[in-house]
Amino acid sequence: MSSSVTTRTKGGPGRGVRAGRPSAVWALPAVLFFTIFAVAPMALAFYLSFTKWNGLGDPEPVGLANWQKLFDDPRLTQSLTVTVLLTVVSWAFQTVVSLLLGVWAAGRQRNRAFLSAVFFVPFLLSSTAISLLFYALLDPNFGIIHGDTLGTTSGAFLAIVFVGGWQFIPFHTLIYQGGARQIPEVLYQAAAMDGAGRYRQFFSITLPQLRNTATTSSVLMIVGSLTYFETVLILTQGGPGTDTAILPYLMYQAGFKNYDFGYASAVASFLVVAATALSLLLVRLSGFGNMRSTREGM
Amino acid sequence: MESYSRRWFLGAGAGVVAAAGLTACGSGSGSGGSGGTVNAMTYGDDAVKVQEKAVTRFNASAAAKTAKGKVKLQKVPGADYPAKLRTAMGSPNAPDVFFNWGGGSIKAYKEADQLIDLTDTIQSDSVLKSGFLPSVLASGALENKMYGIPMRGMQPVLVFYNKTLFTEHKLQAPKTWDQLLDLNAKLKKAKITPFALGGADIWPELMWLEYLVDRIGGPQVFAKIKDGDTSAWGDPAVLKAAEAAKQLIDDGAFGKGFSSVAYTNGGAPALLAKGRAAMHLMGSWEYSTQLGKFPDFAKKDLGWFAFPSYDGGAGDIRNVVGNPTNYWSVNARVSNKDAAIAFLRDCASEAYTKDLIANGDVPTTTIAEKLLDASPNPEFAKFQYQMVQNAPAFTLSWDQAVDPNVSQPMLTEVNKLFVGKSSPSQFVSALKGLK
Repeated sequence: MSSSVTTRTKGGPGRGVRAGRPSAVWALPAVLFFTIFAVAPMALAFYLSFTKWNGLGDPEPVGLANWQKLFDDPRLTQSLTVTVLLTVVSWAFQTVVSLLLGVWAAGRQRNRAFLSAVFFVPFLLSSTAISLLFYALLDPNFGIIHGDTLGTTSGAFLAIVFVGGWQFIPFHTLIYQGGARQIPEVLYQAAAMDGAGRYRQFFSITLPQLRNTATTSSVLMIVGSLTYFETVLILTQGGPGTDTAILPYLMYQAGFKNYDFGYASAVASFLVVAATALSLLLVRLSGFGNMRSTREGM
Repeated sequence: MESYSRRWFLGAGAGVVAAAGLTACGSGSGSGGSGGTVNAMTYGDDAVKVQEKAVTRFNASAAAKTAKGKVKLQKVPGADYPAKLRTAMGSPNAPDVFFNWGGGSIKAYKEADQLIDLTDTIQSDSVLKSGFLPSVLASGALENKMYGIPMRGMQPVLVFYNKTLFTEHKLQAPKTWDQLLDLNAKLKKAKITPFALGGADIWPELMWLEYLVDRIGGPQVFAKIKDGDTSAWGDPAVLKAAEAAKQLIDDGAFGKGFSSVAYTNGGAPALLAKGRAAMHLMGSWEYSTQLGKFPDFAKKDLGWFAFPSYDGGAGDIRNVVGNPTNYWSVNARVSNKDAAIAFLRDCASEAYTKDLIANGDVPTTTIAEKLLDASPNPEFAKFQYQMVQNAPAFTLSWDQAVDPNVSQPMLTEVNKLFVGKSSPSQFVSALKGLK
């Protein structure tokens, strides 16, 4: 701290190069921001999960009643199953497509650069706009698919997976494109000399080299899938029946439709715990924490 | 660094002072008896221009001067108005007067003592007492106490039909359920979907059950449910209504993909306008929707009739289901009650009624009848007005009438019935379990 103070008073702001290690004060804006907009609401939600509150007057403490209700709620099991299924299927769909597109887009040809830019457009649109667009496209009479997509469990589920993929694949393509461009050209040259074909090169060089990229992309996808919301709200409203009511939607419904903020907070807290546990687990399992370089020994 | 931190603390301090000041202002509006601005919160859709004019008129009036207060209108657009209202009412900056749907939409505010009981005000004021249709005024009541003043047009649910299709196939508007089934059979033979239905929105499905329960068991069946008696879902009329709906679904009366058709994005109205479906059970706003999207169709080909009676059922064909109107309710912490009441009295005025009519609405005021010739569609306006005027009972849409706690699970159960995930008897037992 003291070192930064002296640099600042001597050189004034803007001479950051000489500042050395930044003092803790530098982190203050971010810490404050995070505390006010993330930690405080989270703590408040946790507190509310032990109360009964309909948004008016003061919350009444009810002990563990909301948590009891949550674990007795048959919708929780269904919701968890759908959430996990949605996460897994979305991950598989998005990873395969983004990986192939990303590796393809890593080529320096001009048409690829142009098409990559076009592919990126969906990511720039808001999820709400995208969901409304597909809501209209799924109309069996005037849309592009002439069937009762949203009226069947599998149809509604796949619609959510597809629309989510349509939006987020461009982003993950970009990550894979960056990753693929980092792979040293010499590896391919050496492989070509040894007589390896395109497929062999892809599976023996590209894929292993993209291991860390895949982990980053997967963690983002999985944590992102856990918080899917707008797509479900607009496309299916959790339907048919409650077949696509994922956890975040259950939380929204409890809070802003039923005005049962205590129960909604219990769902929210549960979601925070589950998502944190899952991402920690992923980091552990994938060895993302120690991050061995894919270029060891090169 | 010291100087920076000092400045930083000063800034932070100023922030705290400002925040405290804001809070003080907020809570200050709760007290005080004479004078002061009335904050009115309303749903900000196309019809809000009628309220805007009313505010301008009131602020320039003698009544505003006497009450020493003006009205400030806050318009909240979007479908989430109820959630936004709830948040505002839970905060220190709650509106003094606010738009609502009566029934279940204000129950929580009443229970939290946030509403002014307007019964005496209405009874002692001839302008308010005789200014509105009694069935509509009564729908703004909770446990026989008045909490709302009607402030928008009436929105009864009725059957709309495509006149050209009816003429082509020599069809007549059905008066009974059997006639309706007969009509469906003829239409299906001609490869026309009998009814458009925006099942993706779910609430259009609910309208069918609302009318069927009324026609089969009479309005008292739902009246009991609305008052919190969940066992009343076990009334045989509810099961019979669910079975009648199920029969329509299985017969293909709504076409095959109705669960993917939405009302809100124009899918269902387009089916009717383009002649792919012959009829559409919908709120009276269907007329303005069609006028906006298919003006030629709305003007020439759009017909309407009341929901048919059910053979052997207890309900009167004149009974109406839908939204009687929207209401202004007054916050118990209103700073200037005199100004608020004076502003609400304007809703019964001729000027206000005329503005509503010019907007295509059918007002619920008693003087409206003779002014309806000025409506963009006098024929439709008069049909609605008389329908509501002559109705022995006006049942508020179920999702608005019941407690919000029950409303959403109820809609989910309706959806399950319509997509075939539960049978009529499973539907009934699920509803009985709602609390």
